[in-house]
Amino acid sequence: MPKDALGVLSEIKKSFITKQIKEGRRGDGRKPDEYRELRIQTNYVPRANGSALVELGKTKILVGVKIDAGEPFPDTPNLGVFTTNVELLPMAFPTFESGPPNEMSIEVARVVDRGIRESKMVDFEKLVIEPGKKVWVVFVDINVLDYDGNLFDACSYGAVAALKTAVVPGSKYGGKDTQLPINNTPVSVTIVKLDDVMVCDPDLEEEQMSTTRVTITTTEDGHIRAMQKGDLGYFELDEIRKAIKMSSDTGSIIREKYLK
Amino acid sequence: MGTASDIKLIDENNIRLDGRGPDELRPIKIETNVLNRADGSSFIEWGGNKIMVAVYGPREAYPKHNQDINKAIVKARYNMAAFSVDERKRPGPDRRSVEISKVVSEALEAAIMVELFPRAQIDVFIEVLQADAGTRIAGLTAASVAVAAAGIPMRDMVVGCTAGKVGNKIVLDLSKEEDNFGQADLPMGILPKSDRVVLMQMDGDLSVEEFEQATSMIMKATKRIAQIQREALTKKYEIQQKEQGE
Repeated sequence: MPKDALGVLSEIKKSFITKQIKEGRRGDGRKPDEYRELRIQTNYVPRANGSALVELGKTKILVGVKIDAGEPFPDTPNLGVFTTNVELLPMAFPTFESGPPNEMSIEVARVVDRGIRESKMVDFEKLVIEPGKKVWVVFVDINVLDYDGNLFDACSYGAVAALKTAVVPGSKYGGKDTQLPINNTPVSVTIVKLDDVMVCDPDLEEEQMSTTRVTITTTEDGHIRAMQKGDLGYFELDEIRKAIKMSSDTGSIIREKYLK
Repeated sequence: MGTASDIKLIDENNIRLDGRGPDELRPIKIETNVLNRADGSSFIEWGGNKIMVAVYGPREAYPKHNQDINKAIVKARYNMAAFSVDERKRPGPDRRSVEISKVVSEALEAAIMVELFPRAQIDVFIEVLQADAGTRIAGLTAASVAVAAAGIPMRDMVVGCTAGKVGNKIVLDLSKEEDNFGQADLPMGILPKSDRVVLMQMDGDLSVEEFEQATSMIMKATKRIAQIQREALTKKYEIQQKEQGE
């Protein structure tokens, strides 16, 4: 994760956050399993086939979904195509630069993609126009506008919300516009370890001082659909168990409240 | 995970397509110091996987703005040869290999005593010559041996292992067919002395109970793989002793 504008998180700030967390409180007063204020505004860009503006605390991202007819992959001739891309716009953070995707944006995009793909949220079997020749291609493009930690979840919520409102533009090809077929609602929850305390939805400061991170995507049935451990530290197996519980509990609240 | 398929990956007697039981590993063979120029190297054959790893460093990190004044940075580069898979792979990094390189670097850094080498960089080149499912964990297992063979101080080895779900059953070390047509895949990197998890990715569909089953299978297997790693490393010194004796 990039460092803050000054290059480092001050030692004083670090020890303050560590002291607070040992008393069960986080730098901004949240409880360990509490996420920041979440606001999702769908259909923000009517020109897109589906879109959502997400504010997770001070992190702000915009997701646009475009759906167009195209060729299927040779190994999946009877499935629609799905791609996810994340742009870390230079406006979002002092050290973000324009240019080809870097490690960070690729990892975020692939983790978001995996959560949606593996949960089978979108019914790709229904996105075939002509088997083996023509299918609907769903492009999810995520623009990070303002970065204050936890891109994984902000981007994932935005992608899920945008896909839920997305319309397949059948009329462009002489058919009817239809709603994108959706099966379920995957919710990703990212948890980091501050010292030995696990907290969800880290803000930038917490992200910078955390030793390790895990993102877990679950569906309504409580099943795990995707996981990604990241950063330099380690997890004990018990900590992973705790993270899975935290993710599915917090995840179901977020699903009910924001992604219905 | 993969698409629906008519292939039966595991039968009523819990025998898998390649004849293995649910908690059986494919054959693993590791050799060290297979390359002359590198500071440390290893070659692993894990099932049909053939992966070569070279380690250079610790050496001055370059470009200089990448240097960390407190520790060495670990840069693993996972790369697949164009001919390593059925359909020719376009050479060079793709999004998948960038992601794997990142998580493998992080897993290795958790084991290496990076604080001993400020401003330095440790390069780990993982070249997949032939791929047969589980390349990232086989590469990680071999990389850990190559780092040790380069004489770089480590807290522990890193062992990679995969479990997954095929035909609604949890199995160890997915084969290519099981990887393509299975229901879940859980690659993990473990420090075998402490059972700490330094790499974990998962895709597919696992209930919490299935996850428990999969991880306990992995934890058991890591002990066996760690033994193979250790033998590969001690063997290197046996040979050297013999040469000196003659």
